[in-house]
Amino acid sequence: MTDDRPIGEDDLQAYVDGRLAPLRLRAVEGYLADNPTTAARVAREAEQRQALRDRLAFKASEPIPSRLRIANLVATGRRPARVRPAAVAAALVWLVIGINLGIFGGALFGQGFSLRQASQDNTARDAITAHRTYVGERLHPVEVAADQEAHLVQWLSRRVGRPLLAPNLTHQGYRLMGGRLLPAGSEPAALFMYDDGQGRRLTLYARSSPSEEETAFRFETRDGISAFSWIDRGCSYVVTGSIGREELLGVAEAVYRQYEEKAVPAPGNL
Amino acid sequence: MDEIASLLEPQIPSLRRYAWALLRDDEAADDLVQDTLERAISRWHQRRSDGNVRAWLFTIQRNLFLNGLRQRRQRGVQVSVETLDEIPAADGATDGSAGLRDILTGLDALPEEQRSVLLLVGVEDLSYEQAAQVLDVPIGTVMSRLSRAREKMRQFMESGRGAVLRRIK
Repeated sequence: MTDDRPIGEDDLQAYVDGRLAPLRLRAVEGYLADNPTTAARVAREAEQRQALRDRLAFKASEPIPSRLRIANLVATGRRPARVRPAAVAAALVWLVIGINLGIFGGALFGQGFSLRQASQDNTARDAITAHRTYVGERLHPVEVAADQEAHLVQWLSRRVGRPLLAPNLTHQGYRLMGGRLLPAGSEPAALFMYDDGQGRRLTLYARSSPSEEETAFRFETRDGISAFSWIDRGCSYVVTGSIGREELLGVAEAVYRQYEEKAVPAPGNL
Repeated sequence: MDEIASLLEPQIPSLRRYAWALLRDDEAADDLVQDTLERAISRWHQRRSDGNVRAWLFTIQRNLFLNGLRQRRQRGVQVSVETLDEIPAADGATDGSAGLRDILTGLDALPEEQRSVLLLVGVEDLSYEQAAQVLDVPIGTVMSRLSRAREKMRQFMESGRGAVLRRIK
């Protein structure tokens, strides 16, 4: 049985794409054998098709950035409409409580509270020091850059012993630059750095905090550098930047939420 | 949610490649993919149950890309979206190796509809039916557009060598 329909341009295109059924393929090959000019043309088109594939292949083999994970997008999409105002209000309430406790805490509460407060203070101080050290660094602000985000997050999570993530702060105007590992007393800590494209940088500092399960947001400022710190699920977080309190609160809140969302649906992620 | 992720995430590398080929900028390409995925999630119930998720996603992404171009044009920003009507004369290769041009330069010389058909069929391996769906044209138009796009690309890529030959004569 043969396929006697005349060869068309569509056959030649399907030949270039390698999509002809065996019977039709034989007919087209027969035609090309008799028409060397067309055969040469088709061969070049096939080469160029392959060249384009090769040239673009790198993009499809890159690890996908975390901001494109469906879980993160589903979370982000829902947020502005429902959760946001309440979350901001709650954060503000905690902020006020935190500041008041910070001011009056030592006087009003017992020894235990002061100790806890002190450990959180130390974490914040370490975070501010790390921020000051590395944010001004021109040549090597980060150890592992954001183009290796998956590797960075996995590595820091393993070293810190907590499932970390590099929060997506694009809605706040900041992009992940990368991160590094830091010493924090006898343990390691993780530092993620973000940039707004105009030279302003933020850091997120995280380390495990086995003695403490959960605290409110605390705000402090030192030499023009502001920090929000809190402890959640046994991990201390400090968001630091030389920006206003309101803007920094927005960032801290976004970080807090993304860690919450990660913790709830998929505890076995790492 | 898990169902959405399991159907959408396998398409992300391919969507990123198509977006990058159109925009040639890492951040802008991922912004486009993110917009595409967000729209797909918000309209998940609207997709036809018998429909092809892959073709549906590429359709959304291409439409967002075209809308973005239109908006930028309305704002008066110049974007090189339109076809180069003439194939640029070869003035020696830009990469230093005589007659050899970057295939992406050839891609840029094509109008968007030809670029898209080359990318969707030739790189992303969409079937001709899927490409027809994405481009919203009959399948015969896909075939003729593909043929024109490849011819133009071939001429463009060869014009370097052609010019050299003409000069020698």
